[in-house]
Amino acid sequence: MKSYNIAIAGLGGQGIIKASDILADAAFRADYDVKKAEVHGMSQRGGSVNTDVRFGAEVLSPMVPDGEVDVLVLVDASQEPVNRHRLRPGGVPLHPELLAQLELPDPKTLNVALLGLLSARLPLPVAAWHDAIRQALPAKVHDMNVDAFDRGRHCGLEGAERASG
Amino acid sequence: MEWMRQLLSGNEAVAWAAKDAGVRLGVGYPGTPSTEILETFGALDGPAQWAPNEKVALEVALGVAYANARALVTTKHVGLNVAADPLFTAAYTGAPGGLVIVVADDPGMASSQNEQDSRRYAVAAGLPMLEPADSQQAYAMTREALELAERWSLPVLLRLTTRVSHSKSVVQRAAVVSAPAPGFTRDIAGRVMIPGNARPAHRRLREKLDQVAAWVETPGCGTRLWNAPHAAVEAGADGDQAMAKTPDVRRPLGIVADSVAVLHAREAAPQADVLQVRMVHPLPIETIRRFAASVERCVVVEEGDPVMVEACRAAGIAVEGKAERYRFGELNVGRVRRILAGEDRPESRPPAGKPPQLCTGCPHRIVFNLLRDLDCIVSGDIGCYTLGALPPFDAMDTCVCMGASIGVGLGLRHALPPAEARRVVSVIGDSTFVHSGLTGLVEMVYNPPPSGHVVVILDNQTTAMTGLQEHPGTGRNLRHEPAPQLIIEEVCRSVGVPQVVVIDPIRERERLPATLKQALAEGGLWVLVVRRTCLLEKTRQQKAEGSA
Repeated sequence: MKSYNIAIAGLGGQGIIKASDILADAAFRADYDVKKAEVHGMSQRGGSVNTDVRFGAEVLSPMVPDGEVDVLVLVDASQEPVNRHRLRPGGVPLHPELLAQLELPDPKTLNVALLGLLSARLPLPVAAWHDAIRQALPAKVHDMNVDAFDRGRHCGLEGAERASG
Repeated sequence: MEWMRQLLSGNEAVAWAAKDAGVRLGVGYPGTPSTEILETFGALDGPAQWAPNEKVALEVALGVAYANARALVTTKHVGLNVAADPLFTAAYTGAPGGLVIVVADDPGMASSQNEQDSRRYAVAAGLPMLEPADSQQAYAMTREALELAERWSLPVLLRLTTRVSHSKSVVQRAAVVSAPAPGFTRDIAGRVMIPGNARPAHRRLREKLDQVAAWVETPGCGTRLWNAPHAAVEAGADGDQAMAKTPDVRRPLGIVADSVAVLHAREAAPQADVLQVRMVHPLPIETIRRFAASVERCVVVEEGDPVMVEACRAAGIAVEGKAERYRFGELNVGRVRRILAGEDRPESRPPAGKPPQLCTGCPHRIVFNLLRDLDCIVSGDIGCYTLGALPPFDAMDTCVCMGASIGVGLGLRHALPPAEARRVVSVIGDSTFVHSGLTGLVEMVYNPPPSGHVVVILDNQTTAMTGLQEHPGTGRNLRHEPAPQLIIEEVCRSVGVPQVVVIDPIRERERLPATLKQALAEGGLWVLVVRRTCLLEKTRQQKAEGSA
């Protein structure tokens, strides 16, 4: 079974850790072995925040080694230069600009919309994603975030079609 | 339902284990990366409370364990320094109820002032120490530590690191047990550590450690072997004989590792045998000796200090260690590959990310702008406000440990020429003040510098740095419920500080600079309590009210 190495990067306050929780939980719900690594603390004060999520049949180290990230999700474009070296050859950065045309229900849902975009590249069922979103967020923002996820996913699936067509 | 798999951080796993094992009281002081243990334990309806500092936390927990109940202490690595006094003597007295001290180290200093290696404390105090590598092990070893602490009536240390505490992985819980009923059994000779009692107590401790040292060599106790298709070292007599009799089938590479380094090593060298050291003190040295003899090349992979490699070499076991450069910072798969390859050329530095800063609108900003503009010499302390040392403020000159701002500020005042001495200000947060600032304030009143002194208490009504935990000065307990409140200005007045002024830095924008200038110019002893609730704390309170 293939293992997946995802890194999510952005700035404190952008919901980076929340996004990684949702991704890890979605993989967990799909019965993968999952590990998620992050660093708390000073990162809460607006600085760079990075999280790694790995899933597969068996995951060992919680951190993705440099040069082995399959997909780098950038919630803030400013974080690409400092994370570029983490991508494997052929690894894909997902920029927030990819969703620039999208009408998000709320700018705060950018992290979840990017997960939708990411989801088009991962073998996780939509139901697992939706359940993970509902698990991670308060009830009053469920619909808004599921909507943002679906829009991001649609965008990702269209992009994949264009790429293959 | 109870035993279904869960995705938990190491900290959450420890909390679940405490809950499932019937811990009577969890007590600690917030500190990254340990904070979420007690928060989670509290959220699970476990009896959890924040103490003013780690020393008090350990003392309270020791009392719980003297009362024959299970107790859990949580602290970050530097907090164990604060608790070291009771720790060393608790090792002598032991406690029947089962006392486990969870200490979370921060190799790489994601959010700490040093990267001290707590494994040294286990050796120094003479206490057993277990080291989980992931959340499942954190769960299992917390429960195991409680059982061992009861079995030997000896406190047990459980060492986590930032990666173990904060990484999430899959956990399967075990059966819930109910704790024995608390009760007091008098044991004056065993617990009153006057010299006549302490001398035999020290011998008893060493006898207990001899028993633990025998236990760690039992298959599956002190070690766990990974990735070895041939006869297992810890498979007991058969395995041992197989290894002893077949030196010709020695495998090429063996790795001895502890904590999360076990996982890095298994990934970096999938063909290697990896001997996980579960208990790092007493070290399962004979098992390691047999393991080392079963491989052509044996490398010790450990984060931080060369604790295990030194112990192995002292015992005459031929092992390789890591180059000095790998003592600094945390390990990862890439660095372990380099260690195994004997690579000692300089490592490429990862690009620097955006550093953290004080929040927009943070009331601390006003104070640091003022301290910079007045060209103060600022003796700082531990908290969000340590960010006052960075641009655009550059308004902090020292930061050493919790509470040091006051003592260091006094020392500067004592030694500097008068013109410079008058510029010295100590800056400390509310939670830090309660943790370790009180005695510094007593020192200020007892031994006042000739030029006087000015202490600024940045009171934002929460422990903001670690994620908005309560403390005695907030008037709320760990669960954010109302609790008796320590009134900081009243404490300052009652210890004898003549000038104590409470200022709101936003509403009384003019009064703050005027008062600080007056205090610096007049001399004498001053405390300025600059009080304004942290913006994040306000948001937390509004959310809590909204959901209530």
